[in-house]
Amino acid sequence: MASIPAAAPPAARRRRRSWKGWQFVGPFMVVFALVFLAPIAYSIYLSLFRNRLIGGNSFVGLENYQRALQDSQFWSAFGRVALFLVVQVPIMLFLALLVALAIDSGRLYGRSFFRVTIFLPYAVPAVVATLLWGFMYGARFGLIGNINDALHVTLPDPLSPHLVLASIGNIVTWEFVGYNMLIFYSALRTVPHTLYESAEIDGAGQFRIIRAIKLPAIRGALVIATIFSVIGSFQLFTEPAILKPLAPNAITTFFTPNLYAYALSFSGQQYNYAATVAIIMGVIVMVIAYVVQLRGTRES
Amino acid sequence: MTTALRSPARTKAMASSVRKSPRRKKSLTLTILTALMALYTLVPLAWLVINSTKTQDGLFTSFGLWFDDGHFALFDNIKQTLTYDDGIFLRWLGNTLLYVVVGAGGATFLAALAGYGLAKFDFPGRKGVFATVIGAVAVPGTALAVPQFLMFAKLGLTDTPWAVIIPSLVTPFGLYLMWTFSAQAVPDDILEAARVDGAGEFRTFFRISVPLLAPGIVTVLLFSIVATWNNYFLPLIMLKDPDWYPLTIGLNAWNAQSATAGGQAVFNLVVTGSLLTILPLLAAFLLLQRYWQSGLAAGSVKE
Amino acid sequence: MRKLLPAVAAAAALTLALAGCGGSDASDSSGSSSSGTVSDADVTAALDKGGTLTVWAWEPTLKQVVTKFQEKYPNVKVNLVNAGTGNDQYKALQNAVAAGKGVPDVAQIEYYALPQFALGKALTSLKGYGAEDLKADFTPGPWSSVHSGGDIYGLPMDSGPMALFYNKDVFDKYGVKVPTTWQEYLDAARKIHKADPKVYITSDTGDAGFTTSMVWQAGGKPYQVDGTNVTINFADQGSMTYTQLWQQLISEKLVAPISGWTDQWFQGIANGTIATLPTGAWMPANFTSSAPSGSGKWRVADMPQWTAGANASAENGGSSLAIMDKGGNKALAYGFMKYANDGDGVQIRVDNGAFPATTKQLSDQQFLDKAFPYFGGQKANAIFAKSAANVVTGWSYLPFQVYSNSIFNDTVGKAYVSNTTLADGLKAWQDQSAKYGNDQGFTVK
Repeated sequence: MASIPAAAPPAARRRRRSWKGWQFVGPFMVVFALVFLAPIAYSIYLSLFRNRLIGGNSFVGLENYQRALQDSQFWSAFGRVALFLVVQVPIMLFLALLVALAIDSGRLYGRSFFRVTIFLPYAVPAVVATLLWGFMYGARFGLIGNINDALHVTLPDPLSPHLVLASIGNIVTWEFVGYNMLIFYSALRTVPHTLYESAEIDGAGQFRIIRAIKLPAIRGALVIATIFSVIGSFQLFTEPAILKPLAPNAITTFFTPNLYAYALSFSGQQYNYAATVAIIMGVIVMVIAYVVQLRGTRES
Repeated sequence: MTTALRSPARTKAMASSVRKSPRRKKSLTLTILTALMALYTLVPLAWLVINSTKTQDGLFTSFGLWFDDGHFALFDNIKQTLTYDDGIFLRWLGNTLLYVVVGAGGATFLAALAGYGLAKFDFPGRKGVFATVIGAVAVPGTALAVPQFLMFAKLGLTDTPWAVIIPSLVTPFGLYLMWTFSAQAVPDDILEAARVDGAGEFRTFFRISVPLLAPGIVTVLLFSIVATWNNYFLPLIMLKDPDWYPLTIGLNAWNAQSATAGGQAVFNLVVTGSLLTILPLLAAFLLLQRYWQSGLAAGSVKE
Repeated sequence: MRKLLPAVAAAAALTLALAGCGGSDASDSSGSSSSGTVSDADVTAALDKGGTLTVWAWEPTLKQVVTKFQEKYPNVKVNLVNAGTGNDQYKALQNAVAAGKGVPDVAQIEYYALPQFALGKALTSLKGYGAEDLKADFTPGPWSSVHSGGDIYGLPMDSGPMALFYNKDVFDKYGVKVPTTWQEYLDAARKIHKADPKVYITSDTGDAGFTTSMVWQAGGKPYQVDGTNVTINFADQGSMTYTQLWQQLISEKLVAPISGWTDQWFQGIANGTIATLPTGAWMPANFTSSAPSGSGKWRVADMPQWTAGANASAENGGSSLAIMDKGGNKALAYGFMKYANDGDGVQIRVDNGAFPATTKQLSDQQFLDKAFPYFGGQKANAIFAKSAANVVTGWSYLPFQVYSNSIFNDTVGKAYVSNTTLADGLKAWQDQSAKYGNDQGFTVK
C-alpha cells in the first residue's frame, strides 16, 4: 500500500519535517484506531482462542487458521465473491465508463437529465434497493410473475440457485453504476479541451481520442474506482442478507465470506473462528487491492 | 503529477467554458443507448412510486408497473406510515437525521482536517497513515462487528446513538478526496505568507484553507450523508431498542414483522416508507448538484 | 417463519427430565445460578415496591398486557422492547450476554431455543420461585418444553398445537374432499394442481420448524439428549414416514416454491393459489391481520394422520418468557412473568388473538365456543384444544437447536432446489449439526 500516497501530490515535501501535521491528522486517527485498529487487534487475539459451549475458553494457537484453510464452505464463499468480482465489477465499470464518455462527448440530447437520472440509485439505501428488487423478482406475483402472465412466457426465476448471484449482481450494478459514472465523468471534465481539438485537427477519430487521450487521462479515477469496487465485492453482505428470506435455499449461510462470518458469530457463537475468517479475508483483499493499485499506476 | 495547482473556482470556470461550446453534432443513436441505461435505473424507482399508491391488497392483486384501478392510496399510505405504531417512523427519521448531522458532519470535519494535514505537512509516520487506512478498510466490516460490539458494550455505548455515530466518523474515501483536493486547491504560497504573518496553523486552516476547500468539503459531506443515511449493518448490531433505530433498520423490521404470530404484514408501509426514506436524499443531491460535481471533478484529477 | 413460529415447538424431553431427576450429576450442563428461594411474599413485595423492568419480546399482545399490568402495579415501569423476531433477538441476546451489558430482565424465548440458553447459563432457574407448583396450570407439551436438564427455566406463554387450515373455496371448486390422512393429502395435491397448475396444495421451501414438527407428528424422535450426550438420527421410522410422503410432493412439484411470510406467500393465501397450511394454532391472528381478503374462504380441520383413524398431533411454534441470569430485579421479573403467562395477562392476550398454553383458558367454554368470522363462523378453538391434548409425547430439541436450524436451508434446502432427496438432505443436516455439537464439546452420535 505504500505506493498509494504517491498518487497524491507531494506538495508537503517542500516543508521541513515536524510533528505539526499530527495536530490535523491526529483526531481522525484516534477515531480510526478506536473503530478499526482496536477491533482488528482484538480479532487477532480472538482468533487464537476457542470458546465452546461445554468446556469454556482455551488457547489454540493457529489451529483456527489451519481449519479455515481447509474449510470448504469458506472457500466456496470466497470463490463465489471472486466470480462476482470478475464478472460484475468489469460490467459495472464498463457501463459506467460508457455512459460517462457518452455524456462527456457532448453529443447527447438532454445531457444533464441523463447525468442526474443514472446517478439517482446511488441515493437509495442498499436495504431499500434490495427490498425493491426483491419484490420485483417475485416469479409468482412479483414483476417477473406479472410479465410471465401478461406475455404467457416463463422467465427463469431470478431467485433460483443458478441465477441468484447474477440477480444480486444486477442489484449492485444498479446501485453503483451511476456513482462510478459520475467519478469518471468528473475526471473527464478536467481534461483540457485543447487536447481533443488538436487531436481532431490531426484527424484522429472519436475512438482514437478516447483511447489515446481520455482513458489515460482518467487512469487515477479508474484505479480508485476499481479498488473500492474490489473491496466492496469481497464485503458483499447486505444484498444477499436481505434477499435470503426470499431465497433461503439459494442463498446459504456461507454464500459470501461476510455472511459466513456473520452466521458463525451470531448463529453459532463461534466468535473466534469468525474472527479468523475475517482476518484471512482482510489479508487477501489487501493483497488484491495492492496488486490492482500497483498495476494501475505502473503503466503510467 | 503534471496537473498544475488550480483553484476549484478555476476548475469550474474552465470546465464550464469548455462545455458551453458544444458545437458537436447530437447523435440520436447515442442518446437512445444512454436512454436505455436511464430506463434501467428508473424502472425500479417507478415501481416504488407506483406501488406506494396501493393498499396492502392492491399490492398483491394488481400489475406491478401500473396503478391499481380505482384505488389511489398514496396519501392514506403516507398518513399510515407516519402514524403507525405511535408514529415510530418519525422517530426513526429523527434518529437518522441525528446520525447524519453528527456522524456525517463529524466525518467530514475529521476528513478535511486529516486530508489537509496529509497534503500540507510532512510529519513522521505520514506515509504509514494512508497505507494503514486502506489496509484496515480491506478487512470485512461484518467480521469486525463482533469485536466492535464487545468493545462498545464494555464502554457502555451499545443501544445509544454513540454506537452508530462514532464509527460513522471515519470515512476513508473522504480522507482520500480531501487529501487530493487540498493538495490542488490550497496553494503553498498562501500558507507560507500566512505563516510569515505569524498566524497559527489552525487559524490559517479555518480562515484561509477552508473557504478554498469548500467544494471538496460539500462533496465529502454529501457522500458521508449517503453513507450514514444508508448505514445498515452497524446499527443492526449495535442497537436493539427500536427507539434508536435509523430508517433502514426500521423498514427492514417492518418487512420482517409479518413473520410473527399475530404480527401484521405491512408491505404497503414498507413500500411507502422506502419512498419517504429516499426522497430527502434525492432532494439533497439534486439541490446541491453544482457543489458536489465540481468537488468530485477536482478530487478525481489524475496524476 | 423462518424466524418465528414454525421453528418452535415443545421440547423437553422426557429423557432430559428423567436424567435430571435421576441424580445430581445434571449440574454439569443444566447450569444457572439460581439465587436461593424467592417466595410469593417476596414477589408481592417487589411488585408493591416497584421498579423498572426491561422485557425483550416480539409477541404483539404483550403491549396490552403491559398497559394493564402497570395499571395494577403503578410503581412498576415495564420497558417493552421489540429487539427483533426469533433468531434476530437471540443473536442480540447472545451478544448482550457475551458482553455482560445491556441484558434485559425478561426475554421471550421460543421453546426450541430454550435449552440452548439454559445450557449457556444465560437463564435463571425458576425452581426457587416455586414455578414447579404451577404445573397444573399449563398443558403438558409447553410445560415440558420449559424444562431442561431437570430444571425449569421459563413460563409457557403460548403454544402451537397443529391443525390443517384449508381454503374451502378451492376444495369445493375442484370437488376434492378435505384430507384426513397424509396419503389423501397427496392425492388432493395432485388433483388440485392438475385441475389448475397455478394452484398448489401448500407452499414449502424448507423450514426447520415445520419439518421437525411433521417428524414429531409422525412419531419420529430424531433428537435424544442426555446431559451433554446427544444423539441425532433422522433415519428413524417416524422421520422416514415423513420423508417418503413429502418427497413425492416435492418431486412432483406439488408444493409452491414460495417462502413463508413473504409478500408472495400472503398473496397466495389471499387469492387461493395456496390451498392449505398445516401449522400451529397461533395462525388465525395472522390470517386476519395479513391476508384479510381470504376471510370467509378458509376453514380449520384436524391434522391429517399418518395412520387412518389415529389422532396424533404435534406442536409448531410457541414461546415462553424467561428471566435472564444477568438481569436485574428478579423477583419483580418473576412477578411480571407470572402476571403475563399465568395470571390476568393470559386472558388479555387471548382476547387479542393469541393462543394460550394454560389449561384454564383451553377448557373455558367461552373460549371453545368462540366463532371465527374468518373461518366462516367455525369454532376453531375446539379443534386446536383437541390437538393440544393429542400432542405426541417424548419429543426433544437439541441443546444447540438455534444453530442447527440456522443451517437447515444449507442442507435440507437442497432437496427443494436440486436432485438431492429429502432423506439425503436430512442426513447432511444431521452430520453438520453433529459436527457443530462435537466442536462445542458435546458428545454427539
